Amino acid sequence: MITFESVSKSYPGGTRAVDELNLEIATGSFTVLVGPSGCGKTTSMRMINRMVTPSSGRVLIDGQDVSGIRAVTLRLGIGYVLQNAGLFPHRTVLDNVGTVQRLLGLNKAQARAKAYEALERVGLDASLALRYPAQLSGGQQQRVGVARALAADPPILLMDEPFSAVDPIVRLELQQEVQRLQAEIKKTIVMVTHDIDEALTLGDKIAVLAPGGVLQQYADPLSILTRPATNFVSSLVSKDRGFRALSFESLTGLSTTELPAPDTAGRIHLPTLGNGFSAEINHDAATVCWSDGVTVRSAPQPIIRPGDSLRTGLDAVLASPSSAALLADHDGNIGSYFTLADLQPLLSKATRVSS
Amino acid sequence: MNWLLANFPQTWELTTAHLYLSLVPTVIGVVLALGLGLIFGNRPRSRAVITSIASAVFTIPSLALFVVIPSLIGTQILDPLNVLIALSLYSSSLLVRTVFDALDAVAPEVLSAAEALGYSPARRRVFVDLPLALGPLAAGTRVAAVTNVSLVSVGAVIGVGGLGQLFVSGYQRNYPDQILAGIIMILILALILDRLIAVGARLATPWLHQGATAKSSTNNAPRNPSISTGANTEGVSS
Repeated sequence: MITFESVSKSYPGGTRAVDELNLEIATGSFTVLVGPSGCGKTTSMRMINRMVTPSSGRVLIDGQDVSGIRAVTLRLGIGYVLQNAGLFPHRTVLDNVGTVQRLLGLNKAQARAKAYEALERVGLDASLALRYPAQLSGGQQQRVGVARALAADPPILLMDEPFSAVDPIVRLELQQEVQRLQAEIKKTIVMVTHDIDEALTLGDKIAVLAPGGVLQQYADPLSILTRPATNFVSSLVSKDRGFRALSFESLTGLSTTELPAPDTAGRIHLPTLGNGFSAEINHDAATVCWSDGVTVRSAPQPIIRPGDSLRTGLDAVLASPSSAALLADHDGNIGSYFTLADLQPLLSKATRVSS
Repeated sequence: MNWLLANFPQTWELTTAHLYLSLVPTVIGVVLALGLGLIFGNRPRSRAVITSIASAVFTIPSLALFVVIPSLIGTQILDPLNVLIALSLYSSSLLVRTVFDALDAVAPEVLSAAEALGYSPARRRVFVDLPLALGPLAAGTRVAAVTNVSLVSVGAVIGVGGLGQLFVSGYQRNYPDQILAGIIMILILALILDRLIAVGARLATPWLHQGATAKSSTNNAPRNPSISTGANTEGVSS
């Protein structure tokens, strides 16, 4: 548990970066501090590892005031990921990742063995281990940054805008990677971002800060979207708000239609859809191509699984030329499809919930 | 040229003395400049003072310094120590600014990373700042070494100057061959020193020359590339 007790930070000249912040961050949670620049989000996060000292108030980790812990000792127990990875240019990937172990007193061989494990955990190939950071792409550097932060297995991980410097495709990949990692290792993660979408996707809890360091709302993503506490929060989440809220609705109760048996060529004919579409399923990639036998042959479309959100289901239907999406069951068998009409009851229910 | 070949043993002796007189101050200069740089690099006021003193020292004519030093520290006028001290002062004055600039050039996010990961300030100076300053420092050291090789010959005027003595006696005897021999040997010495430092620096800073490393590491890439991540190969071409 990380606790902020009426923490403020002001700088000489009267600039106030953080204003009376009270926050309780549960152990094992993924908390995102979000807000525009100048809202004190990075400043607040850096108080956890004493890179910033509060002007007043206290920050506690598991009840212990961090100001009473030696800064170096404290930081060795807290992973840190920086915006531009911040890798040491003069060390190989392997030695970058092994940095904290070396600081903790392990010898080079032990540190490297741990570093290989950490590289594997973040999905980096061992053949990159002996390269220097300048020889990596931005996305790879950021992965190395994450591996370095996790290598010593710290219980707390701080991330300072970790994905804002990489291109959107790599960003999505890294976000999914971090979600997968978090499901596996269950650290207490505190991340700073200015991107509300990223916050909504990744956070269990989101703290919205306004310029001047005033906490606007501290809640789970669905509450932030559907019940914004202040005008500031509403303006932050106003774009695509209704559509986004569907991310938090499940497909439970969706009525579907059973798929007929495929023909000898493996096509499934669905004469009731539009001009008579047929579906060609690629089981390995879990995708489907729709074709009407004349002009249309779609790009591979995803197949919906029972755990997917209502938003994903709606998106699949909207993107499909046949206006239908295929659904797999819990065992991965693709046995049914659904259309916009099938989603209608769920959509009306979602509207009632969020209004 | 004939003179050089005929008097090679004597020239060789002067060359080794010359090498000693130019190399020792270079090493002392590097050590001093690094020490000052690492200790005072992020203290603006001390830095300003050091930089001013360094500039002032560098403007003192070498001959004047050779002559003044004995009266300051009580050495004999013909003591080689005078030349060693003077040239060490020049080298460190030249290099201290290079070290400051090199330390300033270390990317701020690298320093933040070091701080956040748990480096103490002293440890960071030695294991992060210092290696990252090596590249520019090596460039400065090459200049300092070559400068020293040429300045040592001025010491001949006070009787300690390695190959510079060939200039003095060649001039006095109006014997151009001897002067030419001195010039040739000094040029060779300067060139060799410059190359040695350049090669040494290259070996000490492999990360600055990763173009070649990148190729070899791709060639040596072990195991099956298909198990790598999708983003894996993109760094190679860049």
